Amino acid sequence: MRKNPGLFFGLFIFGLLIAGIITAYFWTPYDPEAFVASALEPPTLRHIFGTDDFGRDIFSRVMKGAGTTLAVGAFTIVIGALVGLFIGAVTGYFGGAFDEIIMRINDAITAFPSILLALVIISLLGPEKTSNLVIALGIAFIPSYARVSRTAVLREKNQNYVTAARLMGAANFRIMSVHILPNTVSVLLPALTIGFNNAVLAEASMSYLGIGVSPVDPSLGFMLKASQSFLFSAPWYAITTGLTMVLMVLSVGLIGDGLKKIGR
Amino acid sequence: MKKQMIALCLAILLSVLALAACSAQEEKADEIVFGIAQDLDDDLDPHKMISAGTKEIMFNVFEGLLKPTTEGELAPALCESYEISADRLSYTFKIRQGVKFHNGSPLTADDVVYSLLRLRDEGLNAGFAIVASVEKTDESTVVIKLSEPSVEFPTYLTAAIIPADYKEQSSKPVGTGPFKFISREAQENIVLERFDDYWGEKAGVQKVTLKIIENADSLILSLQSGAVDVASHLTAAQIAQLGDGFTAETDTMKLVQALYLNNAVKPFDDIRVRQALCYAIDKYEIINTVFGGYGSPIGSSMYPAFSKYFLPELTDYYTHDAQKAKALLSEAGYPDGFSMTITVPSNYQPHIDTATVIVKQLKEVGINAELRLVEWASWLEDVYGNRDFESTVVGFDASQMTARALLERFTSTHKRDFINYSSETYDELFARAMVTYDDLEQTEIYKAMERELTENAANVYIQDIADMVAVRKGISGVRFYPIDVIDLSGLHFES
Amino acid sequence: MRYAAKKLASLILTMLIVTLMTFIAFSLISGDPASTMLGTNAEADEIEALRDELGLNKPLHVRYIDWVRGFFTGDLGSSYRYRSQSVVELISPKLQVTLILSVMSFLMIIIVSLPLGLVAAGAKSRFYRRFRSALNRLVMAVPSFFTGLIVTWIFGITLKWFTHGSYVSWSVSPAKSIAYLVYPAICIALPRIAMTVNMLSSTVEAELRKDYARTVRSRGARESKLLFGHILKNSLPPIITFLGQTAAEIIAASVIVEQVFMVPGLGRFLISSISNRDYPVVEAIVVIIALWVVASSTAADLINLGVDPRLRRGAGE
Repeated sequence: MRKNPGLFFGLFIFGLLIAGIITAYFWTPYDPEAFVASALEPPTLRHIFGTDDFGRDIFSRVMKGAGTTLAVGAFTIVIGALVGLFIGAVTGYFGGAFDEIIMRINDAITAFPSILLALVIISLLGPEKTSNLVIALGIAFIPSYARVSRTAVLREKNQNYVTAARLMGAANFRIMSVHILPNTVSVLLPALTIGFNNAVLAEASMSYLGIGVSPVDPSLGFMLKASQSFLFSAPWYAITTGLTMVLMVLSVGLIGDGLKKIGR
Repeated sequence: MKKQMIALCLAILLSVLALAACSAQEEKADEIVFGIAQDLDDDLDPHKMISAGTKEIMFNVFEGLLKPTTEGELAPALCESYEISADRLSYTFKIRQGVKFHNGSPLTADDVVYSLLRLRDEGLNAGFAIVASVEKTDESTVVIKLSEPSVEFPTYLTAAIIPADYKEQSSKPVGTGPFKFISREAQENIVLERFDDYWGEKAGVQKVTLKIIENADSLILSLQSGAVDVASHLTAAQIAQLGDGFTAETDTMKLVQALYLNNAVKPFDDIRVRQALCYAIDKYEIINTVFGGYGSPIGSSMYPAFSKYFLPELTDYYTHDAQKAKALLSEAGYPDGFSMTITVPSNYQPHIDTATVIVKQLKEVGINAELRLVEWASWLEDVYGNRDFESTVVGFDASQMTARALLERFTSTHKRDFINYSSETYDELFARAMVTYDDLEQTEIYKAMERELTENAANVYIQDIADMVAVRKGISGVRFYPIDVIDLSGLHFES
Repeated sequence: MRYAAKKLASLILTMLIVTLMTFIAFSLISGDPASTMLGTNAEADEIEALRDELGLNKPLHVRYIDWVRGFFTGDLGSSYRYRSQSVVELISPKLQVTLILSVMSFLMIIIVSLPLGLVAAGAKSRFYRRFRSALNRLVMAVPSFFTGLIVTWIFGITLKWFTHGSYVSWSVSPAKSIAYLVYPAICIALPRIAMTVNMLSSTVEAELRKDYARTVRSRGARESKLLFGHILKNSLPPIITFLGQTAAEIIAASVIVEQVFMVPGLGRFLISSISNRDYPVVEAIVVIIALWVVASSTAADLINLGVDPRLRRGAGE
């Protein structure tokens, strides 16, 4: 613990947030959707984060919203990383024309404005729901993971132990899953934490632009966007939601850094 | 040591840049910056422009034979006087003398004939389809003959008069208004300057720059920072952000904000369900929570600024009563409520906020409403075009100063009857209004149509949203009209 | 040379895929330019007539081929929304603003983070190193629109160093234009400075730990000679690649920041053109953005090739 304070600190904050999110499933101090007090009340003992422009309890909404944000971040990297990892590993391992084509499409998606990409996917999937935004962001994140894992696989492919395994007649699938992939984890781990960071920020930016968000289960990004109108008259609204969001991203980042240190 | 040096260098660099920024602010002389949310992206030819935002601003550049007044009447503008024949088929105009266009050429009867015929012949304005002929009888008299009488025809005569030989209206418009058009840059600004040869009361400031700021929060920041002096279409909450230094003038947006219901889909095809919604939704709570108490509650597709047609008694036809709502729902076969979606365009926060309160109010009578935000373009296509929706919160405005502009859209055969409202009585009333040439009688028919909409609970009517104009202290002269125009000519600095 | 030609060919291929994607994207999203232009008071036949006029009733592949042909003759068509103006005419001033903004942020990143990164790499204090990585994490965790609001709050509203929303275009006054763009540029640069410093110092630190560095040091070479003669040269390729990526990201970040600071650049124009379904404008902006992204990574690759000839052998892969 003393050697790795970042990890400890990250786990501590993240643990607190998770506890809050789980609690919110069963109980929040107030109904997050109910108008329980007058609008924009500053923080008091009754409403420790104050109230928003409808007189809803911000603390209760932050508890709920943190869950949405966590889900957006987590599912986005799950989709992006799983598909990206697979694509990168396969193309990197086999190479050739197939690799070339996939990598060009990869480049094209990277160069394509993600807002437009999100709009297309949301339009295709129907009503604007948070889950559709997650899929859209996930797809936008695939290329970066594909690239990272392709590079990692390329590097491992020509290592002696892989050549040895191949000479011994091991199947491609076995070489990949048993020999190569475990060795690429150390490269992918930082990519995952940065991915979480970027996914949460991307969702907040989408909220700012008013794309693909749903006020039904508001995320922290959506609330942060709403709070900016009251930055001067009710700064606590922006500060509390913004701080929660920053803490979540920060703690995941610290955990990632800490794990990397252990890996060394 | 090195670190400190770098920090020092950085600090110096930043403050030099900041100083440069400070000196960049200079005194604004006799110039007002007006913040608008919508770009003038349209054709600038007054006969071809289609967007409301463009017409609203170009009101200052163009004038017609008649001009709307702040009281909602029509006053002679480019004519000195006019006469309507007893059969309402012939209009005789005395053209105002001494009027100049912005390019210096004088207004003649030929320009008037050219403009009016252009509107008809090129199909630019449907209101001119009934024009049989436009002729000049002498240098200052123009006679318009109609093929059939129409009560509304004078409202169409506000259409711009433009010089006959001028070809560049689309990009460099020339009119007779108190301001002349100088330049525009897409998404940046539009510059207007005072027209010193204006025939009427001259504009109060030399130059007006209309700055385009789509984002409402950025508009507020620009007002606070001093980059913008005046902005309209703000809400009470936004005004509250501004604090001292500004005076707020209150008007209404002149639109009918409602929870529009698709009358053709279940369960809204049942009048009892629609009435239940009317009882469940408390418009006063919406106005108080979201709009700071400002706004004009309404009960039908008409707003109070149209005082001639407005029926105040319809506003409280359905008073908020959750018990009654629940009883009606049980009667209709939904004792435990139901689920519905409210589709709201994501570009206008007041509608989103209104819908948020509605969701909460419906929950209290057991209806589980879900809010769905869509882009404006998608709303137009899916909701308005394909009628693929259950309910939606939007506001409709009037494109002309007539009740028809608000009421015709609910006749069952109208292509824009997107709520699928279908009532024989209503259709008959409208057909009768169209052939009634007596103003009073026609007004009564329009009122009957409004009543019909309310009694059938076609939609849950909410309000005409308060339109707040923020004006920097030291500037005054904001004028309001019953239709959506921004009159810049009265703005001036108080001395 | 072959390597460079190959890079160029793949750049063109990527651009073709991007433009094709944009066309397909627009056939997939709901919303019709004609109805968006005409608004709620339009009749259905008016919309149909406008669709015909805009050529929207032609099949997708015909429109795409027309567009590609137009692109090579320098004719990008005219905007749907700004009826009387051509796309080129509309976009040029926006492109200029975004280019100035991007170059400014990129310069800020390089000027600030290169010295800071090297100093940081030399620092022995563990506390300092932790502080650096924590700060890096923190700056990365704040959404750019929020950074923009805070910068506006501090410099614009409180200190009154600049007037929010009073951007003056380059053609009117270059000095005023730059003086305003400093603030959005800071917002774009801030998180990237943190990332670059962190990246730079950890790369240099890793090099310092390598055997050759110890050898050079044990031979009694001066620290600065070690740093500039050997370490920097070896850590350059990954740093250049990283800066290439950063340059690509700047353009994406400017989309949001332009919105916050009301700077009339490409990003803000892209957003409004998407919501108005102004296809010709969106198509042109997407091409420019994609070109920027692809070109900056290609440029980084080519620079690396010049810096480190060893890469040339492996470049075939």
